[in-house]
Parts: sequence; C-alpha cells; structure tokens
Amino acid sequence: MTLTPQASPAPEQEEAPRTPADGQWHHVMRTVTSGNALVGVLAVVLAVLVGSILILATDAQVRETAGFLTARPGDFLAASRDAIGGAYGALFRGSIYNTRAADFQTGIRPLTETLKFAGPLIAAGLGVGLAFRTGMFNIGGRGQMLLAGGAAGWVGINLDAPRLVQLPVAVLAGMLAAALWAGLAGVLKARTGAHEVIVTIMLNYVAFYLLFYALSSQSILQAPGTVNPKSLPMDQNAVLPKVLGDRFNLHAGFLLALVAVAAVWWLLNRSALGYRFRAVGENPHAARTAGIDVGRTYVVAMLIAGGLVGLAGVNQVLGTVPSGVSTDLDAGIGFDAITVALLGRSNPLGILGAGLLFGAFKAGGFAMQASEGIPVDIVLVIQSLIVLFIAAPPLVRALFRLPTQEAK
Amino acid sequence: MQLALRDITKRFGALVANDHISLTVEPGEIHCLLGENGAGKSTLMNVLYGLYQADEGQILLDGEPRHFSGPGDAMAAGIGMVHQHFMLIPVFTVAENVMLGHEATRLGGTLDLDAARARVREISDRFGFHLDPDARVEDLPVGVQQRVEIVKALSRDAEVLVFDEPTAVLTPQETDELMAIMRQLRDAGTAIVFITHKLREVREVADRITVIRLGKVVGEAEPTASNAELAALMVGRAVELTVAKQPARTGDDALVVSGLTVTDAGGQVHLDDVDFTIRAGEVLAVAGVQGNGQTELTEALVGLQQHVRGSIRLDGHELVGRSVRDVLDSGVGFIPEDRQIDGLVGAFSIAENLMLDRSTDAPFVRRGAVQRDALEAFARDRLTEYDVRAPGIHTPVANLSGGNQQKVVVARELSRDLRLLVAAQPTRGVDVGSIEFIHKQLIATRDAGIPVLVVSTELDEVVALADRIMVLYRGRVVGIVPADTPRDVLGLMMTGERPSGVSA
Ligand SMILES: Nc1ncnc2c1ncn2[C@@H]1O[C@H](COP(=O)(O)OP(=O)(O)OP(=O)(O)O)[C@@H](O)[C@H]1O
Ligand SMILES: [Mg+2]
Repeated sequence: MTLTPQASPAPEQEEAPRTPADGQWHHVMRTVTSGNALVGVLAVVLAVLVGSILILATDAQVRETAGFLTARPGDFLAASRDAIGGAYGALFRGSIYNTRAADFQTGIRPLTETLKFAGPLIAAGLGVGLAFRTGMFNIGGRGQMLLAGGAAGWVGINLDAPRLVQLPVAVLAGMLAAALWAGLAGVLKARTGAHEVIVTIMLNYVAFYLLFYALSSQSILQAPGTVNPKSLPMDQNAVLPKVLGDRFNLHAGFLLALVAVAAVWWLLNRSALGYRFRAVGENPHAARTAGIDVGRTYVVAMLIAGGLVGLAGVNQVLGTVPSGVSTDLDAGIGFDAITVALLGRSNPLGILGAGLLFGAFKAGGFAMQASEGIPVDIVLVIQSLIVLFIAAPPLVRALFRLPTQEAK
Repeated sequence: MQLALRDITKRFGALVANDHISLTVEPGEIHCLLGENGAGKSTLMNVLYGLYQADEGQILLDGEPRHFSGPGDAMAAGIGMVHQHFMLIPVFTVAENVMLGHEATRLGGTLDLDAARARVREISDRFGFHLDPDARVEDLPVGVQQRVEIVKALSRDAEVLVFDEPTAVLTPQETDELMAIMRQLRDAGTAIVFITHKLREVREVADRITVIRLGKVVGEAEPTASNAELAALMVGRAVELTVAKQPARTGDDALVVSGLTVTDAGGQVHLDDVDFTIRAGEVLAVAGVQGNGQTELTEALVGLQQHVRGSIRLDGHELVGRSVRDVLDSGVGFIPEDRQIDGLVGAFSIAENLMLDRSTDAPFVRRGAVQRDALEAFARDRLTEYDVRAPGIHTPVANLSGGNQQKVVVARELSRDLRLLVAAQPTRGVDVGSIEFIHKQLIATRDAGIPVLVVSTELDEVVALADRIMVLYRGRVVGIVPADTPRDVLGLMMTGERPSGVSA
C-alpha cells in the first residue's frame, strides 16, 4: 500500500467523526491507549525477542565464537543458547521462584519481591490509566508521588498517635497531597485550556524542588542535626505492616494496590462518575452536548488519578523504604506507570497484569545483573521497546500478519 | 473505461455486508446505487477503492481482472473516489491537498507546488469551479471543500469516479452545480457511480439505477420510476413519502425568544436580535442556507453557546445563562446536527449512549451506580420501538450505519419528559424508510402538545413538517410565514429578500 494518508485511512476510521482542532491528537491518544489485548501481549513477546538479540550482542562468549562462526557454528549456537538461557533463567529465578534455593521459603522469596515492586506500579498505573480514560495524559506521576511521599512522611514522623490512627492518617495525607497536586493540573486545563501534558511535566519540577526545600529545612522535614536532604525514619506506628512475616519484605502496600484495582474497576465500569469519565474521554463534544460538565469532569478525574498515584508514593515511604523521605523516593515509578497503563490498556485488570510483569522485571533485573553480569539496562531496553511496540500497533500487526482492525 | 464488479462478498465477522454483488458501470454512464442505511453501499465502494479486501469476487476494468491492495493501486488504475466523509487535510492549501499522495518533486526533492497549482487551475477552469489553489481548506465552506475533493479525484485522470453521498452536506444550489458537473464528466466518457438517499437527485441524473438491500442486489430500476416506486424497492415495503398529519392543535405560547443575539469569542455576530414564539403543539421549522445562524440558534437554545444576549423563555422560565445540564433538566430535548460529533459516543454501546444525557440520577443512576438492569431493559424496548437495526444493545454505535445511529439519538431524546424539542437536521444522511419513521415521531411529539423547533437545509423536510416556517439569513429573521407559502417565495426569502406582504 502506498503512503497516501488522505486517501487510505485505517478503514475503521471511515465513519469516525471529523473532530475539530485537537481531534487528531485525541485520535492518536485513543489508538495508543486502547489497542487490543493481543497487541499488548505480542508487544511484550517482540520486546523480549529484541532483548535477546541485545543480550547476544553484549555477551563476550557469543562475540568471540561469532568470530569463527563459519568454521565452528556449533560453538556459536551453544554460546548463544547459554547466554539467553542464562539471562532469562536468572530473570525467572530473580522474580518468581529461585530453583537453586535450599528450601521453599527462600525459593519463593523472589515472587514476594515481585509483588512488592508491583504494588506501587499498579497504583500509579491506575492513576495514569484513569486519566487516559478521561482523555488526559498524566505525565505528572513523579511529582505526585514526591508530594505524596512528603506528606505521608511528615505525618508518619510527626503525628504522635496510636497505630490505628497514625497509619491511616499518613496514607490518606499522602493520597490527598497528590490528589490536590494533580487536581491543580485539572483545574488549569478546565479553566484556561492549558494542556495537561505540559502542566504535569512542569509540576514535576515544582514538586521536586518543594520536597527538596522541605527536606532541607529543619523546621519541616529534615532530620534534626543533619545537613543531608533526608528525613527521619518513619515512626514504627506509621509503617505498613509486613504481610508474610518478617522474613519477607512484602508489605500491606500491595494489598492496598489490589483494593485500588477493585475500586477503579467499579468506578469505571459500574459508577455514574466513571461513565462520565469515559464519555468525556471518548468524545468531549458529545459529553458537553449531553449536559456533562466537561471541565469539572477533568478536575475530578485528575483528583482521583492523583490520589491513586499518591498511593504509590505512600507505598514507597511507608512500606518499601521506611528509612526516611528523600527526593528519589519515586524510583522512576511515576514514569514506569505510563508504560504500565499503556500495556494494561488503561483497564484496571490489564494494569494489574502489566504491573505484575513490570514488578517481575524489576525484581528479576537485579538478579540477572548479579548472577549473569548482564547489565540491568537490558531490562530497561525491553520495557522501552514494549512502549514502542504498543505505540505502533500497525507495526506489530504487520510483523505477525494480524488482520487489520477492519475485520474486528 | 468499463467497470465490472463480479460476485463481490465482504464480511465483517458474522455480518455479510456485501453478498455476491455484481455491478457493471459503462463509460459515459451515471450509475446510481440506492439502498437503505447499512445496505452495504459504502462497503462495496471501499472494496473497489482498495480500502477493504473482498472475501470473494473480482474487480474487472475493461474486462481485465484487477487486484487493488490499497487506494494507491486503485488510483493508479484510474479510479477516483469522493468519500462520504471528506478526506482532506484542513491545514493544507487546496493545491497541497490535491497533490497529496502523488507529489511531484523537482531535482533535490523539493515539492513542485507550481505544477500542482497549475493543475488545480486547469481543472477548475474546465468545470467552472473558481477554486483558489492557495486557499487553506479549513477556511472554505463545505460546498467548496467538496469541489476540492472532486478536483483531487479528477487530477489523477480518473476514468471511473465514485461519489459516496456527496450531497448530504450541500445546499440545493451546490447540489445542482454538482449534478451539472457530473453530467459534464459523463458526457466526456467517465464512468460514474453515484450514491445518495435523495430520490430527486437520482431521478435527475441517473442513467441506470441498482438497488441494494441487506448486502444483496435486489434489482434495477428505470430512471423514470416514481419516487414511491424507488422508495418501495429500497426498503422492501411501501413508504409514505409525505408526512400524514392533522392540523396543529396549538395551545399557549410555550417558547418565547426575544432579542436573541449570539456572538463568538471573536465578537462576530452570528445571530442578530432574533424574535420568535412557538406555541405548545406546534412545529416551527427553520429554513435557510446553511451557515446563516441555524447552528448558533439551536446551540443557544440548549445553553451550548457562550456569548448570548436576549431572552429565551420556556413556559415562563428564563433559559439564557443556565448550564446545559439545567436546560436539559428543564425538559429540552436536543437532536444535534452532527450526530457523530455531538450526539453520540462512538465507542459506547447503544445502551450506554441511551443514558448519555441522564447520567446523574434516576432512572439510570442510583446512589452513584449505573442501574444496568434498568438501562438494558430500557435499551431493549427502544431498540424494538425505534426499529434500530443492530445485533444487540451492546453493539458500539460506531458500527451502526448512519440512519441507525440517528435513530439512537432520536430514541434517547424523545423518551424523556419533554417540554420543548429542538431537532437540527434530524434526517441528515438517513434513508427514506427511516426518514418516514423519524418524521412520524416528530409529529407525534407535536401532537402530544410539545413545541418543536426543526432546523433543516432540505426544503422538502421543512415544508413537510412545519406549521410555520421561519427563514434565517445572515443571522437575522427574514420572516415567519405559514407552511403553505410557495417554494419560490421561500427560495427568495432564503436569499435575504422579504417579499411584500410578509412581516418579520
Ligand atoms: N468496519 C466495520 N466493522 C464492522 N461492521 C461494519 C464496518 N463497516 C460497516 N459495517 C457494517 O456493514 C454494513 C454496511 O455498512 P455500509 O457503511 O456499507 O452501509 P451503507 O449502505 O453505506 O449505509 P449508509 O447509507 O448509512 O452510508 C452495516 O451493517 C455496518 O454496520
Ligand atoms: Mg455509506
């Protein structure tokens, strides 16, 4: 097919609305955020395949044997097999079950690590996905997490109260801070038309410096008598309890993420509010004509999205790293969440699955580096490739010779 | 060039959109395709144009079997298509749009825009189009955009030209001009396929007529056939082409609009000091060439316009300044002029679309939760009552044909407790059978004592539905006249002249 964009639209667009101005961007976003499940799975498969090639290319043994490939192809193949088998074997042992462990308790530990890493990814992924469904791109995950961490940390250090009070208050304070921060982007979009992509990116910087300031001020968060931008550790009463006893790091943050999955599922699929979110996300013109206050819907959606991302920040500060608030508490989750939401097609159950997968990458990536000497960056490359392939469904379709959407 | 389609079959999953369709179009012939909404006309043309691949069957050009894997192939083979929905790039100029896809380049890869400009001039001169090659497409009225589409198709020396519902958005004058162009092309030997729902146009230009129903060819008709015969062939039953209605039994003044002025953000006036009244149980139809303030009028009535002065009183309550939500809640039903942009959420199911303007409380929402049982029961009833042709209530409306989409909008708006109905272009792109149905519903609404405002660019529709007719020109009311006003008087009024004896 020749490239004649005006005359060869994707067939399913035939009766698609000719929306004014921002319609183009809107359409692209919808295509990217709502591709079908098969494309997501295949994107992962493709990314892993390309990852394998990179593993081969970086493996010394493979490179050496490639030098006399024609003379002794067997050596090359064996080396390749070892490299790839070793890499993905290590990934498995690091993320699901360590087959070399002495007892079951040690063996299953990687799986609990995967779940621990998955918790905040799922929560933040829900926040990004919910915004997607309402037609907004929330790139502000980092800033929202930082403020959530700061607020939850402050309560976790300073509120002197029994566990039953301090922990919930800390969790809610974190979620609230992030909600308001994201809500700000919503208000700016609704009131002034400022694009949320720009606003949320900028708010990331503002949040970073706000937290940095708080962590550098003795009167706010900085640990007394120190000069580093770091707070005191959390009060024992504010730390999320371990779920499987002290041998495992898995804490209640993962359970909160599961609750959030159920809540967002209900919100999107069963509630009137979620119905309006989706209506605005799919066709803001029709929503407005039907009397839905589009601006208000943006604000409410961003508040809730921020709260969910905030839960990820809370997860870090009160669960995974309770040793004190710092400006790197987000650990890249705010951005990984975008990938998780894309891979999960902005649908709560999909996000749960994608979050688990990315949690496994995180847990396994370290093991891969430790045992096989494969740079942990390979995992990053695989994650990035997943985004690339998801953003280009026609490419995936062509590679796998899937029928175009015409026939769906 | 002779075009022959042999036994074309195209399936979408379980649905057979084209079922062994055969069709021959001779050079120098205008061949009309008639059929209900969803009969499979656009699908057949998209197969011809390489946008869809046929599951079975052959395309023959001058007897040679051809295979098109994309529109590029089809264009290269001499097939041109003017789509049901324009495929122009709004920010490009006319010349840029016309050359898109076969850009001529000079040495070094720079675009040869001059050649494209010259081509545009040459073709528009030949047909008397008066197109400025350097005008940006988004600044042009739809009728002119349509011409750009045609020039684009012609610029590649198309010998087979497909027009898929080109007149749905045109004014009567523009339609007449387009038909003159089609005759000119035919006389020059082009084979033309013409799809339309307007029987008048069919009888005016068609040399041959093929009727498609449910994906199958059901027969040919003579261009001399009457409207009623054509309609019956299309729908498979006799259709009442004129609305049977009793004289209106009007009550008190229900909607009183006075001094209504609408401006846009730039301060330009779209509606200027408009006064009118609609009584309970009366249809006021608004006539006028599109772009004379009709859109702004209907939008102002439901609160969608930002800069409104004057007063709109419904049963004594002021509507100006209220939110859309408030206006709808006070009993205003609104059928927007563009169902796909303003009326429906394409990705939503039929059921979900039926609650679009009732998403806050009873009967479909209770304590924040969507009442799915109530919604589904309601949707099933409406599907039967309005004869929406769809696999089920969970089908996304984007997969419905135009007429069925329109029925969903009409069903939604008419099943609320109304005190006013505002219907803009209620039958645009809709087949004769569905037009009959929608007209009956509008009249039934009137007879229930509800004031109805209908806006239509179709004079036939205006005359058929109206108890009184209001003509708008450049945002002003030219006059409000009885429904039996002669058409030539109405036509005159639509150009802004006020015949003697007519008061504003
Ligand atoms: N991409 C698609 N996927 C699934 N079904 C489709 C698709 N395109 C069309 N259909 C279905 O195929 C049938 C034929 O549609 P088509 O658009 O060809 O009708 P049409 O005759 O052009 O109608 P109209 O007069 O409303 O334009 C309809 O039932 C429609 O719902
Ligand atoms: Mg069609």
